[in-house]
Amino acid sequence: MIKCEILLTVNEESHSIIARQADTLLFVLRNQLGLTGAKPGCLNGDCGACTVLVDKTPIKSCMMLAIEAAEKPITTIEGLCDTPIQRAFIEQFAFQCGYCTPGFLINAYALTKQHPDADDETIQEWLESNICRCTSYQEIEQAVKSVLAKKHEND
Amino acid sequence: MIGKSVIRKEAWDKVTGRAKYTHDYFEVGMLHAKLVTSPYAHARIREIHTEKAGSVPGVRAIVTGEGLPLTGEDLRDRPPIAFDKVRYHGEVVAVVVADTLVQAEKAANLIHVAYEPLPSVGSPREALQEGAPLIHENLANYQKGKYSYPEPGTNIAHRTKIRKGNMEKGWAESDVVIEASFAFAPSDHAALEIRCATAEIRQDGTIVIIASSQAPFMIKRLIGEYFGEDVGKVIVHTPLVGGAYGGKAPVQLELLAYLASKAVGGRKVSVWNTREQDMITSPVHIGMEATVKIGCTADGYIKAAEILFLFDGGAYSDKAIDVTRAAAVDCTGPYHIENVWCDSLCVYTNHPYASPFRSFGHCEQAFAIERTIDLLAEKLNIDKLELRMKNAIRPGHTTPTQVVLNRSNVGNLPACIARLRELIQWDEWQRIEINSRTVRAKGVSCGWKTSTIDTDASSGAILTFNPDGSVNLISGVVEIGTGTKTVLAQILSEKLKMDIDDIHVKMDIDTQTTPEHWKTVSSRGTFMAGRAVLSAADDAIRQLKAIAACVLRASAEDLEVGYGKVFLRDDPSIYVPIKDIVYGYKYPNGNAIGGQLIGRGHYILRHLTPLDKETGAGKPGPEWTVCAHAVEIEFDKRDYTYQIIKAASVIDIGKVLNRRAALGQVMGAMSMGLSFASRETFLFDRYERILNAQLRTYRPIRFGEHPEYMVEFIETPQIDAPYGARGVGEHGLIGMPAALANALSVAAEVPLNELPLFPELIWRTKEGKQYGSI
Ligand code: FES
Ligand code: FES
Repeated sequence: MIKCEILLTVNEESHSIIARQADTLLFVLRNQLGLTGAKPGCLNGDCGACTVLVDKTPIKSCMMLAIEAAEKPITTIEGLCDTPIQRAFIEQFAFQCGYCTPGFLINAYALTKQHPDADDETIQEWLESNICRCTSYQEIEQAVKSVLAKKHEND
Repeated sequence: MIGKSVIRKEAWDKVTGRAKYTHDYFEVGMLHAKLVTSPYAHARIREIHTEKAGSVPGVRAIVTGEGLPLTGEDLRDRPPIAFDKVRYHGEVVAVVVADTLVQAEKAANLIHVAYEPLPSVGSPREALQEGAPLIHENLANYQKGKYSYPEPGTNIAHRTKIRKGNMEKGWAESDVVIEASFAFAPSDHAALEIRCATAEIRQDGTIVIIASSQAPFMIKRLIGEYFGEDVGKVIVHTPLVGGAYGGKAPVQLELLAYLASKAVGGRKVSVWNTREQDMITSPVHIGMEATVKIGCTADGYIKAAEILFLFDGGAYSDKAIDVTRAAAVDCTGPYHIENVWCDSLCVYTNHPYASPFRSFGHCEQAFAIERTIDLLAEKLNIDKLELRMKNAIRPGHTTPTQVVLNRSNVGNLPACIARLRELIQWDEWQRIEINSRTVRAKGVSCGWKTSTIDTDASSGAILTFNPDGSVNLISGVVEIGTGTKTVLAQILSEKLKMDIDDIHVKMDIDTQTTPEHWKTVSSRGTFMAGRAVLSAADDAIRQLKAIAACVLRASAEDLEVGYGKVFLRDDPSIYVPIKDIVYGYKYPNGNAIGGQLIGRGHYILRHLTPLDKETGAGKPGPEWTVCAHAVEIEFDKRDYTYQIIKAASVIDIGKVLNRRAALGQVMGAMSMGLSFASRETFLFDRYERILNAQLRTYRPIRFGEHPEYMVEFIETPQIDAPYGARGVGEHGLIGMPAALANALSVAAEVPLNELPLFPELIWRTKEGKQYGSI
């Protein structure tokens, strides 16, 4: 079993960790850095619960090796602090059990940053990669749209 | 405070990644278990070779099924690890424990099991055929509960009988009779949090379990019962749960974690399903076949119903017996029918075993009943809502188990139907051709549900105070996402006239310190735990007044509690702050009276009785929540695809305690019902192996596929419930499969009596083809 040293920059802090080359980013974030916000839901790229930002792009961290993420800026849910999308999720009751929430939030956060003008199709394209089993999605849609609308108000 | 959309207490934890679930408690030094599962649905286990696996570095133990006691809640038919034979694809045959998960997986792959395949049983009807392979040869010898009635020599684990009225009379009074059959295969809950558990056995015999469960108190009891452990030495922790929907009510992995820990001298072991195992190894959503026959007068009054439910309980009966009983209890749907014959069977098959699924047998049976009602309306040529309205259950009527209904124990179904009619503009159109290819259609359904739960189910609550006068609320309800604990805080806030921010809710369960709440199932959390909280509040108020009476030199009867004070009713300017008395009151000279104030409360369901074996007569639950639903779809006649445009529910909720939370519960349940009805099923090959145990091939509704949801509430209070509120967590789901099937049947002009409603099914039904695909 070959282990190697990897330099990870997570939420603007750098960490040097020792991991197997085959260890996924999700595994390392959770079990070595204690960042358990990203959730395992399938370990197969199907559910999106493990989504984090790597280089500002949402990535399913169960599908990326930790070594692939070396030296790239990584943002996990723990790195979001009082953002409009978090507040909107609370106001719109966009979660219940909360297990899908970190993945949805990270994804929606990047969406609102990268596509402040997102239309329905773009929103769907981005968010259909995540599964929520508790809500009806209507609440999540309202939350995302409320943030997009506010962005425009500010323009 | 009542009715307000208070945000859930754990909201900020959940949006910042701080909320912890069972698998988030990773510990250095904890061992990891990997389950070895059966590739066959039915096979004899000849040999298990573990030598190679045992020599993998890091492997600490390999546990197999020999010598373990049988388990099961109503009927002990399930070895925690298969022994002698396997009865479903995915059944656990061995558990490997190693230092790391990677090592455990490696070793698990090296375990060689020699099987001798046996003929398998793929549906309840198949299981009941003469000469069908017996799945449990030993059925006669299993230890069973008083109210389980297995039929040895067959594949019947349990039969619930409902006999009400006089069938001959019913048929004689009927001018029109309709009969239809229905079917769907097992599917899955697919909670996003995969099931997991850890166990540790300390030197003094204390067993500590952490589990993602709806029933931590049950785990404690069952480990005691199954393995002869002192129940007082079993401590179960349940942190937040990442979705459950009934799938986390059974006790399974917890037993494996306990056995694994035992095998390694009590060290802490974590058992964690893979998603694939979570879908088939752990209990699933029950499948069903049914035949419904309804007789009715020419003007639309139903006189008789003969109902046969054949539930696919899978390989083991566990919670399925209860589910099939609950389906029988409300078998007619929310309609007044005087003559009822129903047999509801829990049948063994070689499918994964079933557990409750949100609505506990009701969305399943409602699919059969509500489809039949639609067929009946078509035959009678009566408006579908009108027929439902005519027969709607009302106070004064009796249920199938002969409970007399009154204004409190049943909601107002006619009001729900009337409101639904307006909401979906039913009278404007029910089917329209948009163009030569596209049709729009509406389908409706009704539902009702009581909770078939233990007659002595109880709930407790404890209130403690902080030095600033704020309160800690401790209840045994598990926070599975329903927000019940926040609603409990609202109930308490109203009662104590205290700011909701001054009420701190303990989220986690620790069975050693948290008062017991039977199980967090059946939409009973708010009712039972709510009553317990109110009684704890009364207890606290009594104590507060007693001390304040001394301090204020007034009679306790003249005092009121609220706004952080105990004050004189007729002169609120004379008061003592709560914070000055909850840890005893200290007089200026240093003398003190009282002491720490602890409010205790409990609630036990009253007057419930088990069902009579021959007639089903009995009182299974405290009240019936009723609901009416509609679905509007757009159907493409050329390629048989469709889109769900709108979905509506009107539910008699008794009283809205938290509007947004209630809407969320209902809409989420509707979404789950539509997902199940439109696309969820396990696909089996002819050896009953599951082909799609992955979220890629088993595909729940995703963002963007959701329709527009419309939800409204009727408020007919349940008199003995906290502020009149009825259970509502499951009711959004009940009528969704039926309403969708009804809409599509109208659109495609063919009766659709199977689920899920894949376009291929519609095509096959319409074209009369048995096999083949598009
Ligand atoms: S855990 Fe990564 S997508 Fe499901
Ligand atoms: S909130 Fe439970 S899965 Fe989305």
